[in-house]
Amino acid sequence: MAWLTQILEVLAALVAAPLFLGWVNKCRAWLQNRSAPSLLQPYRGIRKLFFKDAVIAENASPLFRLAPYVVFGAMVLAAAIIPSMGTRLPFSSAADAIALVGLLATARVFQSLAAMDVGTAFGSLGARREMMIGFLAEPALLMVIFVASLISATTALPVISERLAVQSVGLYPSLAFTAVAFTMVLLAENARIPVDNPATHLELTMIHEAMLLEYSARHLALMEWAAALKLFNYACIGFALFVPWGVSTTATGPAGLLFAIPLLAAKLAVAGVGLALIETLSAKLRVFRAPEFLATAFLLAVLGLLVRLLLGS
Amino acid sequence: MILTPLTLCLLLLALWAVIGVAGLARPTSLRYVARTLYPLGALCGIALAAVAAVSITWAPERLVLPFGLPDLPFHVRSDALSSAFLFLLGAAAAGISFFGAGYFRSGEGTAPGLLCLQYHLFLASMGFVLLADDAYGFMVAWESMALTSYFLVTTQHRIPEIRRAGFLYLLIAHLGAIAILLSFGVMQGGSWQFTFDAMRAAQLPSGWAAVAFLLAIFGFGAKAGLVPLHVWLPEAHPAAPSPVSALMSGVMLKTAVYGVLRVTFDLLGEPASWWGLVPLGIGLLTAMYGVVFAAVQTDMKRLLAYSSIENIGILFTGIGLAVVFHGAGMAVLAALALIAVLYHALNHAFMKSLLFLGTGAVLHATGERNLGRLGGLIRRMPWVAWLTLVGALAISGLPPLNGFVSEWLLLQAFLFAHRVPQTFVNMLLPLGAAVVVLAAALAAYVMVKFYGVVFLGQPREAALARAHDPGALEKLGLVWLALGCVLLGLLPAPVVGLLGSVTAQLGVGSLPQGASPWWVLEPLPDRDATYAPLVFLAAIVLVVVLTFQLVGRMFHRRVRRGAPWDCGFVRLDARMQDTAEGFGQPIRRIFQSFFAIEREQPTPFDRAPRYSIVVTDRLWRALYLPLAGLVQRAADAVAWLQQGRIAAYLLYSFVTLVTLLALVL
Amino acid sequence: MNPMPFDVQLLNALSALLLLLAFAMLSQRRIVTLVSLLAVQGVLLLAATLLLAWRTGETHLYFSAALTLGLKVIFLPWVLYRLIRRLGVYWDSEPLINIPGTMLIGLLIVVFAFGLAQPISELASTATRSAIGIAVAVILLSFLMMITRRKAMSQVVGFLSMENGLFFGAMSATYGMPMIVELGVALDVLVAMLVLGVFFFQIREQFDSLDLHHLESLKEKR
Repeated sequence: MAWLTQILEVLAALVAAPLFLGWVNKCRAWLQNRSAPSLLQPYRGIRKLFFKDAVIAENASPLFRLAPYVVFGAMVLAAAIIPSMGTRLPFSSAADAIALVGLLATARVFQSLAAMDVGTAFGSLGARREMMIGFLAEPALLMVIFVASLISATTALPVISERLAVQSVGLYPSLAFTAVAFTMVLLAENARIPVDNPATHLELTMIHEAMLLEYSARHLALMEWAAALKLFNYACIGFALFVPWGVSTTATGPAGLLFAIPLLAAKLAVAGVGLALIETLSAKLRVFRAPEFLATAFLLAVLGLLVRLLLGS
Repeated sequence: MILTPLTLCLLLLALWAVIGVAGLARPTSLRYVARTLYPLGALCGIALAAVAAVSITWAPERLVLPFGLPDLPFHVRSDALSSAFLFLLGAAAAGISFFGAGYFRSGEGTAPGLLCLQYHLFLASMGFVLLADDAYGFMVAWESMALTSYFLVTTQHRIPEIRRAGFLYLLIAHLGAIAILLSFGVMQGGSWQFTFDAMRAAQLPSGWAAVAFLLAIFGFGAKAGLVPLHVWLPEAHPAAPSPVSALMSGVMLKTAVYGVLRVTFDLLGEPASWWGLVPLGIGLLTAMYGVVFAAVQTDMKRLLAYSSIENIGILFTGIGLAVVFHGAGMAVLAALALIAVLYHALNHAFMKSLLFLGTGAVLHATGERNLGRLGGLIRRMPWVAWLTLVGALAISGLPPLNGFVSEWLLLQAFLFAHRVPQTFVNMLLPLGAAVVVLAAALAAYVMVKFYGVVFLGQPREAALARAHDPGALEKLGLVWLALGCVLLGLLPAPVVGLLGSVTAQLGVGSLPQGASPWWVLEPLPDRDATYAPLVFLAAIVLVVVLTFQLVGRMFHRRVRRGAPWDCGFVRLDARMQDTAEGFGQPIRRIFQSFFAIEREQPTPFDRAPRYSIVVTDRLWRALYLPLAGLVQRAADAVAWLQQGRIAAYLLYSFVTLVTLLALVL
Repeated sequence: MNPMPFDVQLLNALSALLLLLAFAMLSQRRIVTLVSLLAVQGVLLLAATLLLAWRTGETHLYFSAALTLGLKVIFLPWVLYRLIRRLGVYWDSEPLINIPGTMLIGLLIVVFAFGLAQPISELASTATRSAIGIAVAVILLSFLMMITRRKAMSQVVGFLSMENGLFFGAMSATYGMPMIVELGVALDVLVAMLVLGVFFFQIREQFDSLDLHHLESLKEKR
């Protein structure tokens, strides 16, 4: 049963991640009065890339070719750890929430190193900015996780989720603070507006895209897929911490899993609308306002922590 | 003589000294000194590590040596704490000695034979510091450690900057030594017995105990490089030959950590809870200071030196946390924090040695230390590049390597810090955790910069095309250390188990026994927090291999090589890449207040535009220069004593004599 | 895991929001938004007062709720908006310390305030005692805001927010001040507001600006 949940979760993440990205793009297009691309567009893009011949810069090292696989692997592993459908994951004992943050950092470091490998101006620019966002977002994310683990007295993500899910409904101002902080981290880490614009074609403003400029074909496909998975994973971390209700736990049994799948889809649908709304309503910040943005996220998370310690709520 | 772990350790230390002396037999023969003596020293190191690893769970053992200062024989003692650090010394020294066997060449300052003597005496004195059981023996070993390392730093003594760096190092080392001596003086508690046993037995009033503790923090902090006593580190490390930098950064700094642990948890008995806030606060400041400065360096060895400062900061933070918990009577958490400290010390010894040796290999292959003239070396020196990558990833605290494990343990300890009874403390501690995380994330930034600029991208100088991998012995050294990083990362539970015997023996407490298998790290069974790096690594490798196979099978594996695309720009050259200064720019901007920045920017009309930026340490100007001025003025004031007439000097002696007699009688 | 009754949770949530507002004010550079935030603070205060009044059944709390509504939610923001329009100051200039720095100091102040309030909270017998720390924090943060700003307008907002914090503190420690004190304070605030309004026009008349660093030139020349 536990293994079934585990396999199902990984497969669902792999399959649904591009769909979720397509959904966000669709909502955004609707909100901005544009005609929306098909929901399946991300799949088509990835498929097309897989069939192409890979062109690699002549001075690229093996690290450059290894990085897409490592980044993709890290994201798949992360999907296996995050309790998106059930909390009984045999795999989650391998890594708790702190290790999850470490895993995401590993992916980031490999991506940045690969971006510097060819030695183009845009590549190192992207790497530098990505690391800047990363070192500010990582503490904020950990503070968010700290608040949740203070409430549930553990750092194992499935256990946090389970304990938060089964308690009586209560108001947790600390969680509200951290939810806002988490949303800000999510936006920054996934290269969304207001920190980065995924649709931009202007290299000088790019962060995430600038790192991928030298990639083509299957390597690019894996990177794109990994980016979609990252967004999906972040959304699922958010669900696990702030709206954990409805995941299958030890108490609910196999029926719970049947119930959890449509519920996850519903949560994702709502989250996609919310994300599109935020992206439509805000403007992209200058790169050097991004630290302020993330500092605010960090501050909110720490405030959540203090509120938790003082009010016990 | 009976062979016990203690006598074995002493024998091995003596053997090191003998190897050193043997170097004098044919001081200029590189083949004899480097190819024979250094590998022998490395084998000694392996033996020492093996003995220490076995004896860490044994009961303490003591011995009075038949020699020492006149009438004061040296006491030695080995217990779990010293065994843990002896293991660190032996294991790290083995890798460094292997590397050194291939690295040292003649014609670089000091003759090889003499260098060999200094090097091995340095190793032996560090070992004796760890075994000493009285203040005299400890201080003798401590000072010989400082002296030998001074000579090693000034290997290339013909360069004035290196002499200056060595002098600064010696100065601060002696300031520290005086504080340590005073601390021992306080701790003997009126018994005037300077054995450590007497200090353990002495009942100090709490005020005096605090004084002894603070003196020890100052004294050992000077050796470790705590802010504001860190200034010698970024000067001395680049000046020394790379194996020596590796040894100093990887091992010698840890002897200071050992000293603090010995004084705090063993000699002083029961530390008060508030003491912990001192190393905690200074540690956090040091960690931030070190990592922020590391991010803006342009010399690769200076960058690593600042990164060492950061790691020392994290170690002292952990020590502070352990003291706070210990004082509050929370044994399990105190043990957890202390284990995190010991683990991190071990990790840092491996990763920092590895990185310094990697820079040494680069330095020998290219003759460059400046990041602005390196680049693209992964294609010329694949061995060094991939092995250094292990070290860089490990020190960035990324799973499943070793740096992550100690960070994880420390964060687990921080996470439950809110149970400390003092309100202020339990609110400030989570902020401390935030600073630790920030420092760790910044460390990743620093390492991406370091690795990316040195090994990736295009070579910034034409001469770099001639660079090549080092010889077999150097590779062996690098592989040894990289293997250490990987194994310490993959097998945390057994290591934590062994380190647990240190905390148990110190009376700090021990971790509860969990029911987890050996590959799962579960320090606090009631918290459900587990970490299993082997599973982690297996899964990631599985996914990577599977993806590779599937993509290849389902589609194709065709690859074409072409010119870099770079958005269609055709005349790409190496100067368009980010320089080290450029990569540090966000940090310079965000943490502006840390730095004193001097900038020279060209105007649009400059014919030959020049852009330069010099980032210096504010503390140097705010603290050290005024202090130096003060000392200078004091010296000037005393200078009138120097009359130049014999009669005057005789008068001084006479007055001194009379005063002393009057005082005594 | 959460044994507190629901209304106490609600009060806690309100106080947490007040803290959040204090930080929002600290980071806000637009004066119009600052005044809006002040109004929202008033609304939160009103909600807290009403909740407390309903919970304890003390009638005088209803009066003070009405006072809050009239004075802090409607009248003062209206006056301030008018002042802003008449004086034409919409933005504060760059604060004395940059925003992330201010926030960091703010965090330390919160820790300090919480530590300070701990013994008081243990003495108090009210259900809302844990909010005292937040009230102290709001007061100190408002003070910090007054210190770091340049424009007189933002300082007035800081002053009013400080008064709000005081009010909230009294409410959570002892279920509100005696009616007479409350009325007195309200009157004080009102008068202060009017005097300051006049004062603003005078400053601008004199210096053509509301930037307070001009006042520095008033000191004795040596």
